[in-house]
Formats: sequence, structure tokens, C-alpha cells
Amino acid sequence: MADVAVTERVDASSKPADLAVSIDKLNVYFGEGDDRFQAVKNFTLNVPRGASVGIVGESGSGKSTVLRAVTGLLADWDGAINIDGEPVGSNRTKAFYRKIQMVFQDPYASLHPRHTIDRVLSEPLRLHGIPDVNERVLKALDDVGLGESFRFRYPHQLSGGQRQRVAVARALMLEPEILLLDEPTSALDVSVQAEILNLFTDLRERHNLTYIMVSHDLAVVAHMCEEVAVMSQGHMMELLSVEDLREGKSSNAYTQELIRASEGYDEQFFDD
Amino acid sequence: MSEPLLSVEDLWVRFPTRNGVVEAVRGISFSVGRERVGIVGESGSGKSMTGRSILRLIRSPGQMEAKHITFKGQNLLDLSERQMRGIRGHRISMVMQDPKFSLNPVMTIGKQIVEVLRLHAKVSRKQAIVSALEMLEAVQIRDPERVFNAYPHELSGGMGQRVMIAMMLITDPELLIADEPTSALDVTVQMRVLAIMDKLVQERGMGLIFVSHDLNLVSSFCDRIIIMYAGRIVETCLAKDLHKATHPYTRGLLNALPRLDAPAERLDALQREESWKQERSVAAHG
Repeated sequence: MADVAVTERVDASSKPADLAVSIDKLNVYFGEGDDRFQAVKNFTLNVPRGASVGIVGESGSGKSTVLRAVTGLLADWDGAINIDGEPVGSNRTKAFYRKIQMVFQDPYASLHPRHTIDRVLSEPLRLHGIPDVNERVLKALDDVGLGESFRFRYPHQLSGGQRQRVAVARALMLEPEILLLDEPTSALDVSVQAEILNLFTDLRERHNLTYIMVSHDLAVVAHMCEEVAVMSQGHMMELLSVEDLREGKSSNAYTQELIRASEGYDEQFFDD
Repeated sequence: MSEPLLSVEDLWVRFPTRNGVVEAVRGISFSVGRERVGIVGESGSGKSMTGRSILRLIRSPGQMEAKHITFKGQNLLDLSERQMRGIRGHRISMVMQDPKFSLNPVMTIGKQIVEVLRLHAKVSRKQAIVSALEMLEAVQIRDPERVFNAYPHELSGGMGQRVMIAMMLITDPELLIADEPTSALDVTVQMRVLAIMDKLVQERGMGLIFVSHDLNLVSSFCDRIIIMYAGRIVETCLAKDLHKATHPYTRGLLNALPRLDAPAERLDALQREESWKQERSVAAHG
């Protein structure tokens, strides 16, 4: 019996940090046969509990694909994905979705046009058999800064920013610990983007959330995250701290190029 | 400054709806010389409508009205629809946001470019093909022959956008209106497209109206900036002086942007004021 206790202790101490998400050697594929295309190649990322990690890269770099594989929207992947230390298989359980939820890019496409906000928000509760639907819906609306008056409206009666707040509220209905954010503000005007980013900051503090945020905008990721993974053509090029990103301290040529391009138009960009 | 290429006086664009008339553009005046003018604003500010109304492309039931829209001494409002067709695509071109919706999906790229050229200039088919290939090369397409024979779906977004620009420039326009030409593109491709337009302005003396929501991009790319809010021009300034902008709306936009070089705990949310909508539009002449 004493032996067991010792092993357990060793196990616990050999885990350096409490990881909310750990992705190990993830490969994701699209298509079949000759058309089979590998969108993500050997991707490894560890996200400690309470952290906020960003993934940046150009379109087609595989950054959104990583999130979609984690959340179970894509089936054709191999490697290991662990949530809270537990490996996820090909079928996701209800318990999985109570831990992890996703917010999508386009608030115009991600809400059912003929469902009221009330129905959008209460659906996850019904699916999971959670009681007190009424109070929870009202609390969620309040949480994202929308009033009770929005409850029985339809998506077309809301602005883009309000819709994205609804999408965030929906993701929070099951009180998850981890939020996957896939370009959550790139369809919004800058002033609305500022409001939504502030909302994410507040929610993270209030609910002790862990974020993985995908964006093509370096400044947005730097604002939200502590660590940034740079992806290109399915590979992770580099994992660097936000301080290094802000100071341009990167040895990777591709990261350097992204940083330079994010500073605006530069006549000499192609000269050297 | 010399006589401007384009001058617009008191432009209004209205859309009658069930709930009354929506005024998308409300009495703006501006002019454009042989320079890069950026029109910035959020969605619904009227920036795209401004671009479209220069070419009289406001569809019914929308209505446009202006004292004059003068292009090289000629009032475009006096022209017939037929004469307007001689202006559009020939002397004033427009590049739209998304190449996917602007190119004909069942016609090869080459055919579409040749068609544009032959509509506006008397050239032989053979010569048109040569110019089309040259133009594709000018917008930095590596393999012009392949692209010439390709259909739009065979091209990437960046490539499609360059094709659009090639098509718009082959008639050698004097003024190019670019409506969010790079917002669907990756940063490095965006840089390339901007470099091409920049070169054309400098080498051919073309005028450029660059419509965008991206303040950073516009201030680094354009010479002059017009900032629109609720259908009016709230402020205008030289691009290099944008950081000195004084209008609370412009300041609000600048402060709402997260910055790579300046970390902030929270971003300043823009507090809109009703009075901004009532203020007189600023005239933005060069």
C-alpha cells in the first residue's frame, strides 16, 4: 500500500502545471484518398488552467482547424488531446461540453435566424437537463451586458456586437472552464471589437476561464493572451511570450514578417 | 494645388423604406487630386455609398442627389446612362471587396480582361491578349499564362484580387475607387496589393479613393484621410497627422484599437454622442 502512495505522489509532482488543455502531436486531415490533405501537422500546445493562449497565422495556416478538432467538429485527426488531464476520444461526452465551449467568428451565421435569444440560450440547458432555465437565461444575459429586454428578440433585431454577446452568453450557459475563441471580433467594427474584448477580459476574471484564441490580428491576440503560437501551413512555427511579440523579439523569419506587416503599409516591405 | 481630378459638392444618398427615408450619405463635399485619399468609417457610415455614387451606381429605390460631381471639368450628373458607361471602367474604375462575387465564375480570367479592354478601346483581339498578359504580370502574378486560362475558382483570394485590379487598370483609368480592396486578404498579400496600387499612383499619376474601416492601414498608406460618421464627414486631415486628430469620434476610434506597441488593461469603448449626427459635414477639399 505504501508503494502506491509513493507513486501517486511522484505522479503529482512530475506534472509541472495544472493543464486545462494539452494537445500533443495533433494531425488533422481533410478529404480522402488522393485528395487527402493534411491541414495541421504535428501540433503541440499546452495551456495551463486560467491562462490565455493565442494562435495567429494567415488563412489556411490551420489555426481554426486546431480549435475545430479540439471541440469535436472535425473527426479525422490523430495525436492526443487532453482536457483537464483526461484524453478525449472520437465521441465527445456531455461532460466534455460542460467543460469546453466555442465562440465562432461570424455572429450573423452562428445564431439560428428563426430562434429567439431565449431559445438559443436555453437549448444547451435543456439538452443537459439543467434546471432553473429561467434564472440562468436572465443571469447569462446580464453577464454579457445585455438586458432582459433582449430575451425574446430574434437575431435580425440585434446589431453585430449584440449578436456576438449572445453567442458568448450561449457558450457560457453550461458554465464551462475553457472557451475556444475563433476570430471572435474580426467581423465587428473596431469600437464594437473593443467592447467585446473588454467583455472577454471581465468574464475571464469573473469565471476564472481559460482561453484559446485564434486571430489573424496580432494586436488583438497580444491584448488578450500571455502566450502566442504562430502557425504557417499547418506547422507551429514558434511559441513566444506576448512581451517578446510586442518587442519583436523573434528569431523566426515568418513571425518577423507578420509583425512587420501588422504595422501598416510599408513601401520597403518587398525591397529587402 | 492644381485643379482636382474629382470634386463632389453636397452629395446625398437616400433610401426610402417602410419606416421612412434612411439617409446614408448626408450632404458631403470633397475633392480628390492625383493622390491617395482614404475614406474611413465604421459600417453604416456611408463610406461605400460615397464610392458608389461617384459612378452613379446607386440602385433604385435608392436616390442620389448632389450639386455637382465634377470629373475633369465634366459634371457626371449631366451625362446620359450611355455616356456614363463610357466613364465607368474606362476613366474611373472601381475595385470591390470580394473577388469571388465580382468575377464571372463561368468565364476564364483572360476572356474577362480582354472583354473589358475591347469594350473601352479599339484594339485587335491579339493585341488585347498581349496587353492582358502584360497587365497580369504588372500586378505580380508569377505565371500569367496559367492565370489567363484559369477560371476564378481556381485562384486564391489574393490572386483573385490582383486579377480584379489588373482588370480595372487595363483601361488606364485616371481615378480608381477601391472599396475595402484588401480586407479579405492576408497581411502579406495585402501588402503586395497595396504596393501595386501605390506604384500606379506614383508612376501613372492616377487618383485613388481608398475606402476602408482600417484606420492604421489608411494612415500608413494614404496621403489624406476623410473620416465619416453617420453619413457625414466629421473630420479630415493629412494621413501623417491622424494621431493629432481632434474630433471625439476619431479619437474614440483610435483609442478603441488594441496596439501591439502599447499594452493596455482595458480598451476604451467608444461613447457615441447624438450631437455628432447633427454637426455640419466638414468639406474635405485638398
